[in-house]
Amino acid sequence: MSAAVLADAMLPAPYRVTAARRELSDVVTLDLVPLAGEVPDFAPGQFNMLYAFGVGEAAISLSGDPSDRSRFVHTVRDVGAVSRAIAAAQPGMVLGVRGPFGAAWPVAQAEGHDIVIVAGGLGLAPLRPAIYHVLNNSERFGRIALLYGSRGPDDILFREELGALRARLDIDVAVTVDHAGRDWHGHVGVVPRLIEKASFDPANTVALVCGPEVMMRFTATALLGAGVPDSRIFLSLERNMKCALGLCGHCQFGPDFVCKDGPVFGYDCIARRLAVREI
Amino acid sequence: METLERLLLAHPFLAGIDPQFGRLLVGCAKNVRFAAGEFLFHESDPADEFYLIREGMVALEVSVPGRAPLVISTIGEGDLVGASWLVAPYRWNSDARATTPVRAFSLDAACLRRKSEEDHHLGYEMMKRLMQVMVNRMHAARQQLLDVYGTAPA
Repeated sequence: MSAAVLADAMLPAPYRVTAARRELSDVVTLDLVPLAGEVPDFAPGQFNMLYAFGVGEAAISLSGDPSDRSRFVHTVRDVGAVSRAIAAAQPGMVLGVRGPFGAAWPVAQAEGHDIVIVAGGLGLAPLRPAIYHVLNNSERFGRIALLYGSRGPDDILFREELGALRARLDIDVAVTVDHAGRDWHGHVGVVPRLIEKASFDPANTVALVCGPEVMMRFTATALLGAGVPDSRIFLSLERNMKCALGLCGHCQFGPDFVCKDGPVFGYDCIARRLAVREI
Repeated sequence: METLERLLLAHPFLAGIDPQFGRLLVGCAKNVRFAAGEFLFHESDPADEFYLIREGMVALEVSVPGRAPLVISTIGEGDLVGASWLVAPYRWNSDARATTPVRAFSLDAACLRRKSEEDHHLGYEMMKRLMQVMVNRMHAARQQLLDVYGTAPA
């Protein structure tokens, strides 16, 4: 990489926040529009580095429709100083943006197959662009299933959208929560348990999984148990990303850099590493 | 009885079971229905039967003094409700409430335990199937305990 290209890739472009929607008590979705130029193309599963000026930079997945070229959409949970500053951004404020970066969900590879999307908690956000893409092109896929799990009924992300998806005829949606009271009338239990009830042909299925890493490990095990080949299970990993270019090494995961070689990985490539505590 | 046997053997919990075991099981089985809100059983009651759900959803609940009942798991079509019939003291350790209208097969626990003692092949077959369900539920319960969504960043 030349010095000029590297400098470009490290230079945040100013984007104005045009909308901020509170999704949950600690989760906000931001629409970002560049002050100059156009919104770059992005692929489902990629992320941007968002820079809260004077505070710091964080890797945040894109959560909008990839066919919408008018804006970037990011869904951010307030978990630390940087994400708190980003999540607190109000319309009119300016954030720095570098990206998009990273390997995408293999949506082209999934064409012709049944597709099972398994999301846990905020993991629905990085999968949302893939859901948009698959539904925008549903004739290219077989059966489509979205299985979503959250901590409790009050923690369900994109609740209205999930409700709207449930009303569609081209996707099966199942939602479960880990804990609930009697006022919740849906499933209670962990999201991998939804897999055994979902309607798909395991031998002809591509599975996209995102959520806390523990949840993804158990989900991958359940998918394998259902007969989905490990080469067609894909996970999106979360690591501490800094440069987003595979240079600084902060997000090293064995021989890979999550920012550059991921965040989306084939389960067959990383299964053994996921079980190693030291990585 | 012939229809009951055919339907019983079509239940996913008994998928592929040897038909000779099916004939033994059907003698312990009957069709049951529960209205939404009705309880299949209550905590500490004798666990003298268990259920194979054909349709509907059942919530396993635990009452906590001073709090609303907590739903610890839901069980749906094709699943089994209840394992306490298998081990002494044969008492339920949660409530089971139909959250929707439920159709199920009820299997008489004493009948099945007796037939399993008489025919260990049947007992072993049932134990293997139950063990699969129980291990899966134990793993799921462990995952629930992890509370994995508590602090996961975006």
